[in-house]
Amino acid sequence: MNELRIADVTKSYGRGPGAAVLDDLSLTVAGGELVAVLGPSGCGKTTLLRIVAGFLRPDSGTVGIGGRTVAGPGVHVPPERRSVGIVAQEGALFPHLSVARNVAFGLTGAARAERRVRTEEMLELVGLGGYGDRMPHELSGGQQQRVALARALAPRPALVLLDEPFNALDSGLRNGVRADVAAALRATGATALLVTHDQQEALSIADRVAVMRSGKVVQYGTPQEVYRHPADAWVAGFVGDAVLLPGTVEGPGKTTAATALGPVPLAVGAAGATDATGATANGGAAGSGSAAGSGSAAGSGSAAGAGKAAGDGRSGTVVLRPEQLKLSPADSTAVRGTVAGVHFYGHDAMVAVAVKGVEGTVGVRLAGPVAVRPGDETGILVTGEAAFHPEPS
Amino acid sequence: MKNPGPPASRPAPRTGSGTRPAGASASAGRVRAVGSRPPAVLLVPAVVAALLVLLPLGYLGVRALERGAGYAWEIVADRGTVELLGRSLGLAAAVVAASLVLGVSLAWLTVRTALPGARAWGVLATLPLAVPSYVAAFAWVSAAPALSGFAGAALALTLACFPYVYLPTAAALRGIDPAQEEAARSLGAGSLRTFLRVTLPQLRPAAAGGGLLVALYVLSDFGAVSIMRYDTFTRAIHASYRASFDRTPAAVLSCVLVVMTVLLVTAENRTRGRAGHARTGRGASRPAPRLPLGRLRAPALAWCAAVAAAAVAFPVATLGYWLAVGNSATWDLERLLSASWSTLAVAAAGAAITTALALPVGVIAARYRGRTARLLEESAYAGHAVPGITVALALVFFSVRYVYPLYQQLPLLLAAYTVLFLPLAVGAVRSAVLQAPPVLEDVARSLGRSPLQVLREVTVPLAAPGVATGAALTFVVIMKELPATLLLRPTGMDTLAARLWDETTVAAYAAAAPYAVMLILIASVPAYLLGRHRP
Repeated sequence: MNELRIADVTKSYGRGPGAAVLDDLSLTVAGGELVAVLGPSGCGKTTLLRIVAGFLRPDSGTVGIGGRTVAGPGVHVPPERRSVGIVAQEGALFPHLSVARNVAFGLTGAARAERRVRTEEMLELVGLGGYGDRMPHELSGGQQQRVALARALAPRPALVLLDEPFNALDSGLRNGVRADVAAALRATGATALLVTHDQQEALSIADRVAVMRSGKVVQYGTPQEVYRHPADAWVAGFVGDAVLLPGTVEGPGKTTAATALGPVPLAVGAAGATDATGATANGGAAGSGSAAGSGSAAGSGSAAGAGKAAGDGRSGTVVLRPEQLKLSPADSTAVRGTVAGVHFYGHDAMVAVAVKGVEGTVGVRLAGPVAVRPGDETGILVTGEAAFHPEPS
Repeated sequence: MKNPGPPASRPAPRTGSGTRPAGASASAGRVRAVGSRPPAVLLVPAVVAALLVLLPLGYLGVRALERGAGYAWEIVADRGTVELLGRSLGLAAAVVAASLVLGVSLAWLTVRTALPGARAWGVLATLPLAVPSYVAAFAWVSAAPALSGFAGAALALTLACFPYVYLPTAAALRGIDPAQEEAARSLGAGSLRTFLRVTLPQLRPAAAGGGLLVALYVLSDFGAVSIMRYDTFTRAIHASYRASFDRTPAAVLSCVLVVMTVLLVTAENRTRGRAGHARTGRGASRPAPRLPLGRLRAPALAWCAAVAAAAVAFPVATLGYWLAVGNSATWDLERLLSASWSTLAVAAAGAAITTALALPVGVIAARYRGRTARLLEESAYAGHAVPGITVALALVFFSVRYVYPLYQQLPLLLAAYTVLFLPLAVGAVRSAVLQAPPVLEDVARSLGRSPLQVLREVTVPLAAPGVATGAALTFVVIMKELPATLLLRPTGMDTLAARLWDETTVAAYAAAAPYAVMLILIASVPAYLLGRHRP
């Protein structure tokens, strides 16, 4: 299959410490998988994409596509011979060519009839059959983006790279185009790497998510793993709203942590697994146990306090999601707080609660109607399990 | 997120190391990365073009030092030389300033305001390209002899040169996304402040490029200053070449002139903004709304009319007068037609070769920011300031010495045109390529195209309108070129410019007029098309 294997890639602009954009980065994408590289702007994800595409050469390390080394010591396969499709921001259709000729652009060497069939097939795939005679400027942004995908997929590339492809679309359109693109990618079985800074996008369409920070992959796992068991507090906050509480491990089997919200059960093995933060993805130890999660060690470095199991009395950060918290009548629980603010979003609402012993406020996500108002006393219940990150010692 | 800020997209190979923020890579699509080298398909022809330009310069150096460095230094340090320097630079400064005022104001009026007949004024503003500076000078001096000297030279050259500022500025104005100006207005900036803070800075590369061409044109102009009897470097070089057997002073003075150009090009390069030029939005751009002029309508119209009258109507009227004064006996129709034909053929061939050679250099200048790219672009520009007479002398010397069969043959003349007008074509190609987003080339590469195929199938078609503009401009300037044509034309070949000069030097104004009129008529066609053309 068309596996993408990035091994120990380093890239820096200029010299000196801090100039490194990619820092000994490794990442493996199994054939047919859609992997999202998620990171804040400036983390090096676009540089990574350009190295895979062949527009940049890595300073060291290797890139292999489908078992063929395309970049490495003494090897540099030019972009046109890598069989890598690109979907750029804003589509980047050739403005001087019709939609059909855009899609057929990569179909060199094929007979004319075959080209036409393939072009129409690709346009059908992205739901734009019959649009071949239009010019790019006659299409909406979402349509342009889908044509760009059809163009990238037409030559049956080994790998498709998507560079923040939904950025320029307005949010109403974005979800639809996103789903269409993901479906088209799956339908063709293409291996795909999507670069984005939008966590919702990464979590919703990717098979696996690689979270990048400062030129490294800090966590690599399924969307569920990354969300439920973030490798560290930064990842927790980056991939979604998080409630971070200082806590201390206690209890038999070291399965609970004492926090300001009372004892919180820790995920099975979480204390051990998250201890080796960099390799969270290994074996899907965090519980969701997906087969795809194994054998693709992503993280290097960043293994805060790796090795030692979290002992009894070990302190650290407990990570909960706002939807794991529930409000209860003020007198029914041991943990109480004061409602500091209510933010209503329609499909749900976020209630900020000030709790004694917690800095700032604790976010609670409510699915139903909001019965509390700022200033009310309320109780808080914790459901489910938390991730735990021991303090580095 | 997509903020093409100047510092981010500038991989500054020489101004800094390690200062480039990691985030810069996000905008790396705009410009090729620091280390990347232009592919051989671009590099090889670009180097050939640069060598062709640098050859005459090399000759100048050799020739200037033939009688020893001490002798050369004596000529440079001579009081007369210093004085010439001041006169040349003063004239160039005056003409550039005046051309910027004329070019930018007319561009703004014709593109962005509700000026009545804006399109027609746009065409009129490009027509002076068809009037050779020596014809303009002749028209003014024959009507008002008191004008000769600095004022006359500045006037004639400004009216001949300002389209070099007008054309790129008008094109840039059309290319600016009106959304940017609307954003500025919404932030509380008035229309004047918006123009000064948002629009004008974006016009700077275009206007500065045009201004540079004007400055180079003035420094190397020979016809107008000769007719106006204003001594500049070129006139002194010509005089010293004609006057004595010792050609070393001519070579030394030419060297000084070349050094001045190199300084000028370097200065312009350093101040050039590094901001992205491609429009960031998607889809077709809306045309900008035209600003109503209100009470300023009459003055604006008067301004356009005055410029058109001085730059176009006046020379034409003067020529008409001389035509009327002449009689059929002074007309030689057969000779006129044969001169027209050879002018057309030579100019078309010259423009084709020059544009072909400018293509690789322009693409490299637009897409690559390394030392090599800079060097190639600057050497292409250097040729323009070498006065036509010096390029001609260099090629005469070179051919006599190394390729005698070419002496007094057509290829040599075409080579001279290429050396002289490569900057014009390179500038046009460069700005045309800058209009095409580089990401399209990346996509084409990923779809299996080699760099050469990308150039042919994507870059060139997208840049074609701008490149065609450059080719048309080159055609016009070659038609008007005088000194190199005089020296290098094959024996027996007459061009319109050469015939015009021959008749003018013997004060046969009436006999010269038909050639001047024909020259203007032929040159008007591409100039007219340029004015109508909307990139």
